[in-house]
Amino acid sequence: MSKTLFDKIWDAHIVTEVQDGPTQLYIDRMYCHEVTSPQAFEGLRTRGLKVFRPAQITAIPDHNIPTVNQELPIADPVSKNQVDTLDRNAKEFGVNYYPIGHPKNGVIHIVGPENGLSLPGMTIVCGDSHTSTHGAMGAIAFGIGTSEVEMVLATQCVFQSRPKTMRINFEGKLGKGITAKDVALYMIAQLTTGGATGYFVEYAGEVVRNMTMEDRLTLCNLSIEMGARGGMIASDEKTFEYIKGREYTPKGEEWDKKLSYWQTLKTDDDAVFDKELTFHAENIEPMVTYGTNPGMGMGIGDAIPTLDMIDEAGRISFQKSLEYMGFTAGEKIVGKPIDYVFIGSCTNGRIEDFRQFANFVKGKRKAENVVVWIVPGSWKVDKQMREEGLDKILADAGMEIRQPGCSACLAMNDDKVPAGKYAVSTSNRNFEGRQGPGARTILASPLMAAAAAVTGKLTDPRDFM
Amino acid sequence: MYKFTTITNIIVPLPIENVDTDQIIPARFLKATDKNGFGDNLFADWRYNKDGSSKADFVLNNPKYKGAQILVAGKNFGSGSSREHAAWAIAGYGFKVVVSSFFADIFRNNAMNNFVLPVVVSEAFLADIFDSVNSDSKMTLTVDLENQKITNNATGKSENFAINSYKKECFLQGFDDIDYLLSKKDIIEKFEKQRL
Repeated sequence: MSKTLFDKIWDAHIVTEVQDGPTQLYIDRMYCHEVTSPQAFEGLRTRGLKVFRPAQITAIPDHNIPTVNQELPIADPVSKNQVDTLDRNAKEFGVNYYPIGHPKNGVIHIVGPENGLSLPGMTIVCGDSHTSTHGAMGAIAFGIGTSEVEMVLATQCVFQSRPKTMRINFEGKLGKGITAKDVALYMIAQLTTGGATGYFVEYAGEVVRNMTMEDRLTLCNLSIEMGARGGMIASDEKTFEYIKGREYTPKGEEWDKKLSYWQTLKTDDDAVFDKELTFHAENIEPMVTYGTNPGMGMGIGDAIPTLDMIDEAGRISFQKSLEYMGFTAGEKIVGKPIDYVFIGSCTNGRIEDFRQFANFVKGKRKAENVVVWIVPGSWKVDKQMREEGLDKILADAGMEIRQPGCSACLAMNDDKVPAGKYAVSTSNRNFEGRQGPGARTILASPLMAAAAAVTGKLTDPRDFM
Repeated sequence: MYKFTTITNIIVPLPIENVDTDQIIPARFLKATDKNGFGDNLFADWRYNKDGSSKADFVLNNPKYKGAQILVAGKNFGSGSSREHAAWAIAGYGFKVVVSSFFADIFRNNAMNNFVLPVVVSEAFLADIFDSVNSDSKMTLTVDLENQKITNNATGKSENFAINSYKKECFLQGFDDIDYLLSKKDIIEKFEKQRL
């Protein structure tokens, strides 16, 4: 019987299926961060259990950590306690561990792929919804809750209902200045924030095949923002080239054996998806969000919808959202002044993102009215930025590089956008209060962020290209 | 262990769509290392002013709805972050059931792992509940898990809801997934050997 890529990987990981219940799914790799793991480790302690397969677990603190002076103790005692708790748990239970300051520390979803920990054909989980990122390697990767983290620590398995499958094809060629982030925000705006709930999505088509691995990581990262259980892309020569030689990637004979298996991991020609959609590249513009969920996005030159364009049941939420953002239904937002720019996060915190940003600002100056936070996704990304001289380009433009972490994406550390201020952010969520109480987030690509950083307002990056 | 049977109770109506887990429990409250106390910060930014005083116009601060064990919310409840703290906050506040026409996947699993029952109803049934509570804040719902039936006692309308029989048994018997998985260790080890 013909199978989708998803089916092939899922079926290879079924331990048992409970009658009229969920599947007991074997997990190859789990990542743990400090926010969603303490109660799970405590659960093991209460039950008197050990971690079942410690070599398959990697713990990395990223959410709470400061982006300046990481060598000093964390000032916020509550954040410090959470990070210290991860430290204690990682050591006591003997899992892989990259603490603050470690050369492999950084945002989990950046660190996993860059060290060869996330590989094709794997099942990958983390107590974090952006685990969908790792699907770009040709893996099944999804976010789980803390009870499920405990299940994996104890048994290397989770219970999951088999999701439905969806394929989204992107055909044609992207225009100048259109990035993977724009593709993702366009798709989410079309599907809405719950439009793929219950589905596992495979991305395909000419646009996706032409994407770099880092672009693919950005696209898969945002799958959860339309409710999808996860997103994935079949591995190909680009994938194999990307993973080859990384620390945890198999070597020698093991590589040859795995490679011949990975090459079988693609959707069969006649396989059928529960849902299939096709989008055309020429319809995709540089995107911005205007509301308080990632589905409220539009092209930079477009106007916010008017109330009559919104379903009646959704009008209260729509109005509440515009009120929070300080925008009016029907208006255009291009040209509006902004206050903060944040480039980083598991969505756009990789080297190619910073290259795009730096190339754009090269020879220009940061606008006086704007605060710019540049936060690499990992120490490896930081090192590469400096090796390539991006730090100097940024310094000449009046900007400096901070230390790696999740930072202003969710503002659990000190990187908070003040109430009422507008932030153009390359992160993944524009929810109320996400970047600090009262903060107003406009999601966009690294290029849009760069254009905002130098002009001090919402600007179509193509105006400079 | 808590066992779920049948609940008849007043509700808290929240007719907002796409309520994300950042609203249910904002990130700055996620720094605890245990599961307790999150109920006090449920919907914190909608519920409290900056100085910590209650916002009078938010539904949880309305004394009419005090003690309700059923939360009724608009479409696509629990989207966004996977934080189980959202489920702990809802359970901690005292909710046993959340009713909506649509739930985000991860939230639904998290709720069930904390013995909060997510009940999916049709959009018409949901609209009917909001209408009923608008005319009488003391209206009640009955959620009967055994028969998988939810009833709006103000209108007498009822609807059946879906739950897989494994999870239903977990709720009725008060056992969790980890107990079950731990009993399968030998099968897991066998699976690992077969893959090599």
